[in-house]
Amino acid sequence: MSIASPTLVAPAGPAAIPKAQFDWRPLALLLALMALALPAIGSPSSWLTLTVAGLAMGLIIFVIASGLTLVFGLMDVLNFGHGVFIALGAFVATTVIGGLEGWAGNSATAQGASVGAACLAAMVVAGGVGWAFERVIVRPVYGLHLKQILITMGGMIVGEEVIKVLWGPQQIALPLPAVLRGSWLIEGIGSGASIEKYRVLAAGIGLLVFAALAWTLNRTKLGLLIRAGVQDREMVESLGYRIRRLFVGVFVTGSALAGLGGVLWGLYQQNVTPQIGAQVNVLIFIVIIIGGLGSTLGCFVGALLVGLMANYTGFLAPKVALFSNIGLMVAVLLWRPQGLYPVTNR
Amino acid sequence: MEGSPVSSAPLLELSGVHTHIAAYHILHGVDFAVAEGQVTMLLGRNGAGKTTTLRTIMGLWRASQGDVRFRGQSIRAMATPDIAGLGIAYVPESMGIFSDLTVKENMLLAARSARHAGELDTQRLEWIFGLFPALQKFWLYPAGKLSGGQKQMLAVARAIIEPRALILIDEPSKGLAPSIIQNLIAAFRELKRQRTTVLMVEQNFMMAQALGDQVAVMDDGRVVHRGAMAELAGDEALQQRLLGLSLGAHS
Repeated sequence: MSIASPTLVAPAGPAAIPKAQFDWRPLALLLALMALALPAIGSPSSWLTLTVAGLAMGLIIFVIASGLTLVFGLMDVLNFGHGVFIALGAFVATTVIGGLEGWAGNSATAQGASVGAACLAAMVVAGGVGWAFERVIVRPVYGLHLKQILITMGGMIVGEEVIKVLWGPQQIALPLPAVLRGSWLIEGIGSGASIEKYRVLAAGIGLLVFAALAWTLNRTKLGLLIRAGVQDREMVESLGYRIRRLFVGVFVTGSALAGLGGVLWGLYQQNVTPQIGAQVNVLIFIVIIIGGLGSTLGCFVGALLVGLMANYTGFLAPKVALFSNIGLMVAVLLWRPQGLYPVTNR
Repeated sequence: MEGSPVSSAPLLELSGVHTHIAAYHILHGVDFAVAEGQVTMLLGRNGAGKTTTLRTIMGLWRASQGDVRFRGQSIRAMATPDIAGLGIAYVPESMGIFSDLTVKENMLLAARSARHAGELDTQRLEWIFGLFPALQKFWLYPAGKLSGGQKQMLAVARAIIEPRALILIDEPSKGLAPSIIQNLIAAFRELKRQRTTVLMVEQNFMMAQALGDQVAVMDDGRVVHRGAMAELAGDEALQQRLLGLSLGAHS
């Protein structure tokens, strides 16, 4: 026998529990940052260009960081080796896109397909390596934070060296296929805002990943299990669910997303080095700390804040751009020490 | 060891169970049995090892010696999800509520066979709403917003959303107002009427007396008394000696 949700009797009187309200303040902070940047930048067209670039950068960072925050939330694992999946994704993209260059020729469809194939291949390779990484490196150090930091950092160093053996230590160019080069000029805003095509694509992919994660986490039982596991792993196991299996699934998915993010980041930078993972690692740890460890929504808002801040300060004060995200993290933690959307019970 | 032995065939049996937590030796050879269809109370002073016993049964801490048998099968080396899969539900002292999830989502997680709320057993859900009306009222609210008593009701409701062979409950009355405790006692009496097997850790002797068929009293990581609850309830000298209390002071 099955039923729909039972009738909800509206609570009455002073003892009634207030309906849960969504916390809009972190999103308001995002809008406030954009609004404050406009007078500082002065030109609306430059502001729009920088804002789109910042949102695209933020969404790429979100794709990379979303898996890491869930891995930490679910199993309390600090994976400092996450960067190796980013680098792996980017290098696989150089091979796939480079290998298909001749086949793609001048066809826009084939060029788009080669980028799609690169994304898919990067996700498969990074996911597979992620599975082995969890089994060999992470599993023996569950619950041991210091050892996790040391061994996952060691795993990243080994990974980087393997990448150097396979692809060489030098920087490899990852030029955008012709179909993704160039910009759209939006007239009527100041002297005309230039919006790069690739950044719009990257932002679109980032939004798709966010929508897929949000749907899975909020609309499926699997998502319920992940959210519950982030709050209380032991209780989830006591209810009869194997959280280790869930964790392996999340770890592999997180690694695959990092691989996808590596492709997007490599195409964003248009070149790839074996150190790309270590460079992005700093940014993604800032993002998951700002967002609240284990929180997907927090990771999303944190990534957008970091992307916007990097672009605005890069334009307004390039000398402080490197410090800007650390400054942002400090400011957010002074406001909310547990991050923008802290996970309860942690 | 004092008291009369449990007469019914045991559903759960602990024999010589030792548990270490890090460097600490907590359980020193725990022996007792839980009879099917009865409520067994596990009593004892703070630090006696009651919670550790429940966690050891559930596989959350591993017994270093001895055996835990459920329906004659050893579950000592089994993983917690497998133990839960045998039909053993656990309500921890902390209640284990998922605060960010709604009451509905908490219940859905506890119902392992249901993929979505539409697959929850209507009749059972209505029976639970009869026991704990507040859960229907706050069905779509985040569980973290419930009061302490309502959270405890949710924790117990999760344990009975599907039929279970054995329910382990750790101090359900802890920190609750007397009126809420009375509600819980009424709900547990209904469970008892349905011959649900329960092993309950409790500090509230009034609740233990109201619900218990059998009792095991622990001290310093060992069971120092086991027998019928009525026998302990009727012997103030024994209560004084085992628990440092008398029924007269608590009834």
